[in-house]
Amino acid sequence: MSLEWLIRIATNYWPMFLRGAWITLLISIVGTVVGFIIGLCVGVIKTIPLPEKGSKRIFLKTINGLLSAYIEFFRGTPMIVQSMVFYYGTALVFDIHIDRLLAAMIIVSVNTGAYMSEIVRGGISSIDKGQFEAAHAIGMNHVQTMTNVVLPQVVRNILPATGNEFVINIKDTSVLNVISVTELYFQTKTIAGNNFRYTEAFFITSIIYFVMTFTVTRILRAFERKLDGPENYNMLGNQMQVAIPKKLD
Amino acid sequence: MSKERVIEIQHLSKSFGNNEVLKDINFSVNKGEVVCIIGSSGSGKSTLLRCINMLEKPDGGKIIYKGKNILQEGHDIYKYRAKLGMVFQQFNLFKNHNALSNCVVGQVKVLGRSEEEAKEVAMKYLKVVGMENYIHAKPRQLSGGQQQRIAIARALSMEPDVMLFDEPTSALDPEMVGEVLKVMKELANTGLTMLIVTHEMGFAREVADRVVFMDKGVIAEEGTPEEIFNNPKEERTKEFLKRILNEDLD
Repeated sequence: MSLEWLIRIATNYWPMFLRGAWITLLISIVGTVVGFIIGLCVGVIKTIPLPEKGSKRIFLKTINGLLSAYIEFFRGTPMIVQSMVFYYGTALVFDIHIDRLLAAMIIVSVNTGAYMSEIVRGGISSIDKGQFEAAHAIGMNHVQTMTNVVLPQVVRNILPATGNEFVINIKDTSVLNVISVTELYFQTKTIAGNNFRYTEAFFITSIIYFVMTFTVTRILRAFERKLDGPENYNMLGNQMQVAIPKKLD
Repeated sequence: MSKERVIEIQHLSKSFGNNEVLKDINFSVNKGEVVCIIGSSGSGKSTLLRCINMLEKPDGGKIIYKGKNILQEGHDIYKYRAKLGMVFQQFNLFKNHNALSNCVVGQVKVLGRSEEEAKEVAMKYLKVVGMENYIHAKPRQLSGGQQQRIAIARALSMEPDVMLFDEPTSALDPEMVGEVLKVMKELANTGLTMLIVTHEMGFAREVADRVVFMDKGVIAEEGTPEEIFNNPKEERTKEFLKRILNEDLD
């Protein structure tokens, strides 16, 4: 590896690196956000209490079964294989030619959704039973209990795990080069091939990946701290605010 | 005092597996009445309270509210629950809401009140419990006694027909029991209908219009505080009181 080549590749190809990094980031953001939403929905559906009897119970059980199948399948197969099956499958079997970037986003979203479903389910079952009871006791139904009381707490609690998924997505989008999405890995392969300089090109790319993942981790950490707020409630300050105008009177 | 019945319970039973926790319970709560349920742990008094607002589903019997049996299939239990205020042993304040929005969220989402109206009502009851200076505090920033007072304000904000208290002071440090009991005494004096499961015998004697003593899943005896505490008829009531009062002396 030579410094000269490093500089040369960086100066000549920085727009390609940047475009690749942008596509990688775009796929990961969309994938994580959509996957997060899928996870929340699946998690909520899977925790609906089963009615004791009737057609509702059968319906809910069927839905739960299908959702479990979805989770098991996407967790149990590599994303690289999923993308091949999905992209070429839709083209060959159904004659639908999806835009590669869109296909990439769909695959990452659905994949992340499968993982997030389990994270959300764990998050919901970790919430104190008393929170559900208190919500039910003031007359909230399952959906109201979830949206007003449980999910806000779940979202806070699973934020670290979501950040983890985000970081994994940034790295794992590289497998999407098999369907020729012009993300960072694919771009680097092209640059390296043009110059026969694999070490230098991929060294630069490794730095770009690291900067992206590190930044994302830090931002999420700061966000968590902001959500938590201060540890103590300062009642004294509150009283002072009330007391001072009285003196002015 | 008017004898209008808020809730009437007939032949209520409940089992957990083979364990019969409630056996053929019959009793009612009248409007404006303060009823204390006492009894040793495991006697079924908390389960009775939890059955009344359907947190536990009774196995049999009837719960009559406004002339209707709410255990009947198809009864809107969400609407019914909103009419019962519940205060838990463990407070169970919504951890993601501050003191004020704990009292507001139910009013807005369940009763459909406007945000401003709900806030006004919430502030009124937060003042009643003496927590109006803590409206922006999150539950974890508050002591147990403060949390329980907010939990009482949350239940009151729904303006229920009857308030249910499930051992509201049992999870509190001794020095915080007083502040919660004081609030409850004040509420009892306003004519609020209250059903209280408690271990605080002094409180029950002072506040209750009627005391119900439960033992092994049945109502063993009920009467005025004087009758129960001074002249209990049943042997098991006498035994229970002797045990409890001796503990208090220790």
